[in-house]
Amino acid sequence: MIKAEIYITLKKTLADPQGLAIKHALDSLGYDTVNDVRTGKLITVELNLKDRKEAEKKIDDMCKKLLANPIIEDYKFQIKGEK
Amino acid sequence: MKFGVVVFPGSNCDQDCHYVIEEVLKKPVKYIWHKDTKLDGFDCLILPGGFSYGDYLRTGAIARFSPIMKSIIDFASKGKAVLGICNGFQILLEAGLLPGAMLRNKDIHFICKYVYVNTENNRTRFTSTYKKNQVLKIPIAHNEGNYYIDEKGFEELERNNQIIFRYCNRQGEINEESNPNGALDNIAGIMNKEGNVLGMMPHPERSSEPELGSTDGRLIFESIVNWLKEK
Repeated sequence: MIKAEIYITLKKTLADPQGLAIKHALDSLGYDTVNDVRTGKLITVELNLKDRKEAEKKIDDMCKKLLANPIIEDYKFQIKGEK
Repeated sequence: MKFGVVVFPGSNCDQDCHYVIEEVLKKPVKYIWHKDTKLDGFDCLILPGGFSYGDYLRTGAIARFSPIMKSIIDFASKGKAVLGICNGFQILLEAGLLPGAMLRNKDIHFICKYVYVNTENNRTRFTSTYKKNQVLKIPIAHNEGNYYIDEKGFEELERNNQIIFRYCNRQGEINEESNPNGALDNIAGIMNKEGNVLGMMPHPERSSEPELGSTDGRLIFESIVNWLKEK
């Protein structure tokens, strides 16, 4: 079993209105050192696989095909544990 | 002439579309469940609005892999008419039948109201009964209508007259104030290069009878009917 975390974020070139709203809220709470806030998604997956390389390839495929939309989003992932 | 309205789990404008075709236009129409795969005998497909799969992951991202979608891609590749409204538009984008993607509305609000759109191109099978630059009063109801495409893609849309509707004010002026959701260049509806697939955020099925405050949307369906008749 391999566990992985997949992070999906809007491309840096795109405005993130949700991040901006959060920044405004932080500003109003007095956190005046916050320069920028951007949000994203965290997806965790467990794969019935043993081989790390194979798992990485599978996850990369999933991201390209479904989990991220390459027109507007970037993705990265990290293998978190193997059992 | 037969219309099909595709029903995904979470579609909620399917009955309105069906009603307009059957009761207002008096044309034959059938529901198509998303698990079906046969599209024999249909001349025009409508992908209705709603919240397919609860908008999980991204709008349209999961519906795009419904069994019917392979058949719809095949149907479109034969040059037959496909109209995606709101969530239907989002599904067509995710499926790659139309270029670009949807972002969340600029003000992160769900917007449900009447807006005005300008008919940028009336030389299509979907808009032939409109005048060029005719201003339509037509409602929107969405959270992700902030259309985005990269610069190269945008140039291509412009070059091929694929931008069909732009948000405008009552006078037809296209500016930032008349842009409800932040969509790139006020884009409210686009067509594929071949001219047989249209996606639009506004709801023509909600503006097809005087009781609803506008009949401007009905001409989309009438344009399709005329085109199918003359074909």
